[in-house]
Amino acid sequence: MTTPELLERVTRLAPDATPVPAEQTRGDAAVVVSRERIAAVLAQLKDDPETHFEMLTDVTAVDYLGGTPRFEVVYHLYSLTRNHRLRVKVRLPEEDPSVATASTLWKSALWAEREVFDLFGIRFVGHPDLRRILMYPEFVGHPLRKDYTLNARQPLVPERDPIAQPWRSRSEV
Amino acid sequence: MAIAPVSPQMRDHPVPEGDIMEIQMGPSHPASHGTIKFNLRLDGETIVAVDVEIGYLHRGFEKMCEQATWNHVFPYADRLNYASPLLNNVAFALAVEKLAQVPTPERVQYIRVIVGEISRITDHLTCLGMAASELGAISAAFYMIEAREYLYDLVEAITGARLTVTYCRLGGVIKDLPADMAERLAFAFKHTDAVLRDCDKLLSRNRIFVDRMVGVGALSSDDAISYGLTGPLLRATGIPYDVRKAQPYLVYDRMEFEVPTGSRGDNYDRFMVRFAEMRQSMRIVNQAMQQLPDGPIMATDPRFVLPPKREVYGSIEGLMNHFKLVIEGQKIPPGETYHAIEGGNGELGFYLVADGSGRPYRVRVRPPCFYGMGALGKMLTGGMIADIITTFGQVNMIGGECDR
Repeated sequence: MTTPELLERVTRLAPDATPVPAEQTRGDAAVVVSRERIAAVLAQLKDDPETHFEMLTDVTAVDYLGGTPRFEVVYHLYSLTRNHRLRVKVRLPEEDPSVATASTLWKSALWAEREVFDLFGIRFVGHPDLRRILMYPEFVGHPLRKDYTLNARQPLVPERDPIAQPWRSRSEV
Repeated sequence: MAIAPVSPQMRDHPVPEGDIMEIQMGPSHPASHGTIKFNLRLDGETIVAVDVEIGYLHRGFEKMCEQATWNHVFPYADRLNYASPLLNNVAFALAVEKLAQVPTPERVQYIRVIVGEISRITDHLTCLGMAASELGAISAAFYMIEAREYLYDLVEAITGARLTVTYCRLGGVIKDLPADMAERLAFAFKHTDAVLRDCDKLLSRNRIFVDRMVGVGALSSDDAISYGLTGPLLRATGIPYDVRKAQPYLVYDRMEFEVPTGSRGDNYDRFMVRFAEMRQSMRIVNQAMQQLPDGPIMATDPRFVLPPKREVYGSIEGLMNHFKLVIEGQKIPPGETYHAIEGGNGELGFYLVADGSGRPYRVRVRPPCFYGMGALGKMLTGGMIADIITTFGQVNMIGGECDR
């Protein structure tokens, strides 16, 4: 399926999905979906026999500081049987950066969403295990946000005795 | 003593009195290459639940890239997967060129195929050699490291460095292949081929090795797809997904090669898939050397590519062009793109966002072994504690790439 065909099929499945202009994505297929519909759209894209995205290859985010809405969560889908890719983006406001989890559809989202939560502070509602993955639990802030400056320093963390105080999750959901 | 729940798997398995032992393996364990921690819950030697903890090698790769110009990212990219730095270089170069819409000369594409496949062989030799040594077959590991040294000598002759190659640039590569490339390659491949034959005899039917590998750490193809596994881990389950075949980039559509697959998705299949891939990579390199055309090794787009030194030192226009590119960076028009290649561990993709300034607005690398590590808990649960090492070895976690 070529990119225009794929986009046409996606917009037929989800009429509220807005395709991103091809010159901006350099020819990649990409759509923007509203936060309310994202879980339903992803499920449709996975199950529809023509799109059939059985693989979620990546979840990431971009911080457009100063823009409204500020955050954009980006899902990269790939279909093994159909051999096409699609990028699904959802925009989230600064005051409440939360979106439904995709981990019920693809298990790859389990770790990928933990990373986005860790580095951007975006909460994935319904994620079973949302805690930091690359940073340590006591880390303050979210380093890939554009307002996290390069010279930011972290407070000292008191030493943990792993026997007396086992490592515990600091889930924020 | 009450033990705090660590992860949902562990919450699902409440600790019965006295039977289950909680153990932390790592982050600095002599048998695991790379800093990684396993929070284990054991019933005797059987793993009841495991929580894999990564992040010990996080250097803020993506944050650093946002401060650098596009060409400054290449040295950082080397240090992602340090077993196959050239593949990272090629992956990032292709993504940036797609974003900037810069076509590269044909010779560059062939050179990138050649260096990328050499890098894939060194990656697999490292992974398999270490896997063998962890099972006690240290001689096989030494043979493979020896073969890797011949290939690193070749990489050094091409790029000037063994690991920190920084070989690609936006629009091309910095050096042409050495004049005696064909002889050097024949020499290195002759030794590599001999090592592969020896190690095949030493390991593939070795009773101890087979007993430790077959059926261990198995994952079904459905699980592998759901966990987003790619590369040898996915192909070992029988799914022939290889980016080089599925969505050919560079000149892979002109190469004849096969995609080896397994059937059971266990450690033995992962091992054999990697083993067979090295021979296919050698085939590809030999074909690329046969077809290698003459021509320039750098595109000539003054917006993105540094002018030749003769112009920099000999003309004011060249000097200004050079200065602007070095100080301000390449002003790639606003936009975003994703480009994936077949890395040593699977689909290595870069998602780039440009805002029209000379620096990347966002660089996201899709690290294949991050997703492999995400599935590691599933592979280990129910197995024996001694099998952690073989399964972890076959996931081929490279700290620089997984933790970035």
